[in-house]
Amino acid sequence: MGLYLSALLQGLCFAGIAFGIYISMKIFNIPDITTDGSYTLGGVVTGIMLTHNQPGWMILLAVIGAGAVAGALTGIIHTKLKINALLAGILVMTALYSVNLTILGRSNLPLLSLPSLFSVLNVLTDPNQNSLIILSLFVAALTLLIGYLLKTDFGIAMRATGNSEQMVRALGVNTDRMKIIGLAIANALTALSGYLITQFQGFADISMGIGVVIIGLGSVIIAETLINWLQITSVWLSLVLVLAGAVIFQLVLAFTLDIGVNPNLLKMVTAMFVLIIVGLPRLTSSKA
Amino acid sequence: MIELKSISKTFNAGKPNEVKALGKLNLEIKEKEFVVIVGSNGSGKTTLLNLVAGTILPDTGSISIAGNNATKLADYQRSKWIARIFQNPLSGTAADLSILDNFRLAALRTQNKGLTIGKNEKFKTLVREKIAALGMGLEDKTEQPIGTLSGGQRQALTLMMSVMDECKILLLDEPTAALDPRSAENVMRTADALIKQYGLTAILVTHNLKDAANYGSRIIQMSEGEILKDISTAEKTKLKQAELFEWFG
Repeated sequence: MGLYLSALLQGLCFAGIAFGIYISMKIFNIPDITTDGSYTLGGVVTGIMLTHNQPGWMILLAVIGAGAVAGALTGIIHTKLKINALLAGILVMTALYSVNLTILGRSNLPLLSLPSLFSVLNVLTDPNQNSLIILSLFVAALTLLIGYLLKTDFGIAMRATGNSEQMVRALGVNTDRMKIIGLAIANALTALSGYLITQFQGFADISMGIGVVIIGLGSVIIAETLINWLQITSVWLSLVLVLAGAVIFQLVLAFTLDIGVNPNLLKMVTAMFVLIIVGLPRLTSSKA
Repeated sequence: MIELKSISKTFNAGKPNEVKALGKLNLEIKEKEFVVIVGSNGSGKTTLLNLVAGTILPDTGSISIAGNNATKLADYQRSKWIARIFQNPLSGTAADLSILDNFRLAALRTQNKGLTIGKNEKFKTLVREKIAALGMGLEDKTEQPIGTLSGGQRQALTLMMSVMDECKILLLDEPTAALDPRSAENVMRTADALIKQYGLTAILVTHNLKDAANYGSRIIQMSEGEILKDISTAEKTKLKQAELFEWFG
């Protein structure tokens, strides 16, 4: 049971990445893989600020700010220099590796003895259950915030940008600026996942972000499959499903480990799992 | 309302595929004029429309809109005066968004899109009334994604969306080219009615000579980036469709 509880906790930590990828990939239609870099950035900023005993609210703001800057850079390279979004993301991600290493000063930073977000509130004696409460509150607040944002007039303009750029420009929206802001939000959310995971695991690591984009993609694809299957149009429900996607993804991985699959094969299982979710709806619909 | 002075535009200048789209063009369109522009492919009609809209900027010359120098303004900055209908009926609306969301965005064409929720009950009622006026039975489907509707329905809704916010100029770029004859007629009639009702200045680019004869208060024929014929109200009413055909003879 402990395995599945920590999978659930990890899933909640990854909600930020899932929301981030949902915004960049589904709302803006931009394949953004700055993710690996901005996730680690969130982690190392958290780690270094915790070791320097900075107040919690400041760490949170710094992480959001750092992620947003990374995303905005990708956005500026993509829109102003007209460089393919994938390449723009790869460039920023690559550069971020050096930035992250410089911030961290070494490749791994243990934080186990330090107070963190998870020691702020002590309701339950079991640390994992206590973490669950804190994480749930945090993620609920995040979901409400993004849900509200997407419902506002600004949010409508955001959602329309990925649909018909021509229309949105004709309606008085600077789409370049909108994309830069969108990628900034997406990567700020991704950095928040790094913030949570670092405190949850008790260390920051320079390679913690390698391949993490697949977690976001997988979560969003699970959500998308459910959204299409249940024909959901509500913004709120879509967000809840993206969150559910992040949790389901981790639960499936936990299940794979539980039935005795070699942990070395975990990345391959992850890739296969995402392939199955992407492929299944297409295979079944072509038969129908 | 719109004033173009010695506008020229060349695409791919200096390259083998150089295209001189417009050369030293002058055009003045007065308030509440409904100008129809005809001409064969490559005559510069669409380039002219895009220059007014701000999608492309001129190489030389100046553009003034509603008394403001708009020469260097981008398309999203000119939206405070201009509403547009595109040739592709799918371009004018955001498919994944509900009819209501599309109308909300259109209602803010000249304003900031802020961080407040603007879709209140009052707005929903207003949208339902506007849509009911189209007589297409769509007023009960405002929560549906607009992508579930047909091209004709979407084009008619785009027209209605253009008058959700203050509108001075309506640009119609072959709005019926992708529609079946019945939807096309419906869209043209709706456009004409809105232009009259709201006293809009309008430019219609079309290949349909029947529409060119039936609608508008002034007709312009373009050829090789220049204005070939410019016929104003008094003569246009006498102009027959058959004569229009001869222009292309």
